[in-house]
Amino acid sequence: MSAGWLVHLVALALVPPLLLGVIQKTKAVFAGRRGSSVWQPYRDLLKLAQKEVALSATTTWLFWVAPAVAVVTAVAAGLLVPLASSPAPAAFPGDFVLFAYLLALGRFATAAAALDTGSSFEGMGAAREVGFAWLGEPALFFAFLALARLSGSLSLDGMLRAMEGGAWLDRTAPFVLTAAGLFVVLLAECSRIPVDDPATHLELTMIHEVMVLDHSGPLLALVEYAAAVKLFVLGALLLQVLAPASQVAGLAGLGLFLAGLVGIAIGIGVLESTMARLRLLHVPTLLIAAVLSCGFAFLLLSRPTP
Amino acid sequence: MTAPAGTPSAALLLLVAAGGLFAASGLAGLALPRRSRWGARIATGAISIGSLLGLAGGFLALGGDAGGELALPSPLPGLRAALGAGPLAGFFTLPVFLVGGLGALFGAGHGTPHGGRRLRLCYGLLLAALTFIPLARDGITFLVAWEVMALTNFFLIATEESDAAVRRAGWIYLLYSHVTILALFALFLLERLLTGDFAFAPIAADAPAGLRTAVFVLALVAFGIKAGAMPLHSWLPAAHASAPSHVSALMSGVVIKVGIYGLVTTLGLVEAPPLAWGVTLLALGSLSALFGVVFALGQHDLKRLLAYHSIENIGIILLGLGLAMVGRSLGRPDWTMLGIAGCLLHVWNHALFKSLLFFGAGAVVHATGSREIDLAGGLARRMPATAAFFLLGSVAICGLPPLNGFVSELLVFLGLVGAASAPATAWAALPAPVLAATGGLALACFVKVYGIVFLGTPRSAAASAAREATPLELAPMAVLAFACVVVGAAPGFVAPAIESAAAAWTGERLPRLAEVAPLGSISIAALALVAAGALAVAAIAPLCRRARRRQPALPTWDCGYAASSPRLQYTASSFAELITSQFAWALRPHVHAPRITELFARPTSFHSQVDDTVLDRLLLPAARAALRATASLRALPQGQLQRYILYILAVLVPLLVWALVGGGGE
Repeated sequence: MSAGWLVHLVALALVPPLLLGVIQKTKAVFAGRRGSSVWQPYRDLLKLAQKEVALSATTTWLFWVAPAVAVVTAVAAGLLVPLASSPAPAAFPGDFVLFAYLLALGRFATAAAALDTGSSFEGMGAAREVGFAWLGEPALFFAFLALARLSGSLSLDGMLRAMEGGAWLDRTAPFVLTAAGLFVVLLAECSRIPVDDPATHLELTMIHEVMVLDHSGPLLALVEYAAAVKLFVLGALLLQVLAPASQVAGLAGLGLFLAGLVGIAIGIGVLESTMARLRLLHVPTLLIAAVLSCGFAFLLLSRPTP
Repeated sequence: MTAPAGTPSAALLLLVAAGGLFAASGLAGLALPRRSRWGARIATGAISIGSLLGLAGGFLALGGDAGGELALPSPLPGLRAALGAGPLAGFFTLPVFLVGGLGALFGAGHGTPHGGRRLRLCYGLLLAALTFIPLARDGITFLVAWEVMALTNFFLIATEESDAAVRRAGWIYLLYSHVTILALFALFLLERLLTGDFAFAPIAADAPAGLRTAVFVLALVAFGIKAGAMPLHSWLPAAHASAPSHVSALMSGVVIKVGIYGLVTTLGLVEAPPLAWGVTLLALGSLSALFGVVFALGQHDLKRLLAYHSIENIGIILLGLGLAMVGRSLGRPDWTMLGIAGCLLHVWNHALFKSLLFFGAGAVVHATGSREIDLAGGLARRMPATAAFFLLGSVAICGLPPLNGFVSELLVFLGLVGAASAPATAWAALPAPVLAATGGLALACFVKVYGIVFLGTPRSAAASAAREATPLELAPMAVLAFACVVVGAAPGFVAPAIESAAAAWTGERLPRLAEVAPLGSISIAALALVAAGALAVAAIAPLCRRARRRQPALPTWDCGYAASSPRLQYTASSFAELITSQFAWALRPHVHAPRITELFARPTSFHSQVDDTVLDRLLLPAARAALRATASLRALPQGQLQRYILYILAVLVPLLVWALVGGGGE
């Protein structure tokens, strides 16, 4: 039990930056560059952590507390999602609400910290972040409803691990729809193309990056790390739906699971290399599609069986 | 509900004493000279003592302190009038004493406004009426207390009567109030028809279905108006925005809950309710929750915005109640428990965080002289304690962990999603995604409020000169903030109160709250979250303190943009524009946007405003059309008594003739 805890925590703490590195590498390969190493995000975080903090005189304590809140909420959400076939460190009926609201708490802190600078750029980012993210919530809850119908469980751990490998075969459509919806939510929550372009150089088109323009040094490291953890956690959620409860137990199973996460990262990299960012006004349409996708999954599961 | 006519319980006596003190609190001021400070002091003292007595009485009543009723002198021969204190009454009066007492302190710290004597008199009478409504054991007492509440509420709304907008808010409130009382008359007459008494007896399952439906519809209209449920809410935003802030806190936090109390007790009387009632409540709750917050997003008046959030929270409360009714209809006590627990706990929670937010808003209005969000800014540096309390209230109202709003929303979510696990009732889970969207929108709205009002740089001279609130204003906020934290971190503390009130609701056997809800896990999660957050903050605090010491005057980097000014910051309208434009079909905003055509444009201005769609686009045009259509009839009433007597005679004589000729009866 405690060993499982430790393995979960170590994986949750150490693997996330790797996913960012894999995305970068994939994009570099597509662009015909050699690109930086997949370990580069770790070096960046270490370098940032050793720098000095610079705080604007406009800001209040909220500005530097927010990155800490973002990291804590992302990690706490990660403790609710099971990795591979081992149980999640924390699980109770209704913990899916905690999961969604923890991510929301992190968003509250980040967006409020952006407004703390008094800059119009960062206000713009905050307005876009909260203006798009609310559409992700009903999608996420429709997905939870579908998973609760499939598994008969009210905890995230039960929802994701109760399903047998064969559950896919007779319920293919709901699974595909849920996974598609969750993938869009992941792209939006983690600020990836086509919702947001993390590599853009134009502040006017950014969402997440423009919110954290004024964070520097260790604070920026925390923000980047929290974003990576969020990618890892939502990726794990998606992977559990895509490949319910892999049959391989123990560390080998975990290795396989992490390989799956790297696969998702490669998929995101491919998507980012082959697609353009959507116009901002079209982002809600994409998210509404995610709501409908998860909603249809739930409807399909709720029809009376003859 | 036929309690023995023994000696009244201690709880009841304490509650009645509290009500009496409240009612008398403003009287001393009337006898004293207008400029004397003793009127305010005596009123505050009486309300404080009354609140303490009431808190004791409320807790005793919650503990099931069984005792007799207190018979009142009968208003009419053959009618019984009585007061009694049960757990539900205890549950719904406790917020009155907490928020009412703290509100009196806050009002005292706020200084004496214009019309202070009338304000204090009505405030005391309102608190007394709020105490007596849940104690009423018969329709007549209930109606008397209700009407006192409705009228004092009107005078409190119209405190600043010299302002035309305030008068308009007052009149609209009074109109809605009349509709409520008419519906209540009809409701109680109908109940008497069905049960043979005004004494709130259970309505049997074999009563005529049509009459039972009429009871439901009348209760929904009367109590829905009072609670501010959409689409019956139109009086609420302007009324709550117009009243003095500590009165707004009481109105939003407590007074509208009287509507919920009425709905809960009336529905509790009906045996074996049809499924359609629960479904109706779920639909209404979803509508109120979602559109309450959408309209809130469109506001840039701080108190009007908070008032729309009351509509949202009433929606969440109705979702809980609807779930409980569905559970009763389908014979699922676990859903009933989760639903009624979510409903009741949210009643308390909303009283706590909404009063906190209104006190904070009052301090802001006091400091900046304006309710306009866009004239504030940067207040967190000037009023750090108010800002911290307001932030806590904002996080709580968004339903975020580890505070109290999260617990009640979790209970409702658990019940709704639990319904999804049975295929036949999967439809009952549909409000869950709506509630989730509401949560996301509330977050957007409170990031906007806190960010624009308290963060950034001041947008007006008044905001840059703002001063911190007085200790007497801060102390009530501190108490409420503490209560929000306690309920969020240790919901087990309030579980007995909820179980006691829920058990008294219908008398049906319900499971214990801890059996259906993970209260212990919520506590552990909340404490772990706070501990981890504190550790992380402690780790980076020294770095940040050093940074502030070394370079205290650093500007915001802002991509090197050098000529930033406070006017370049995002405003309340621009922040919410992305969302309000998605809901423009419902909000119908008035936008005054200039078209710039020349190369060197002259100074111009942009203005946008979201009115209440139901009131300004639907009811008022309909009322005007009705007035036009009936213009010819208005020649009849001329204000002369003789004419009215003539009209009465003109109706009576033909009736008499009809009766004599033999049309009547047989």
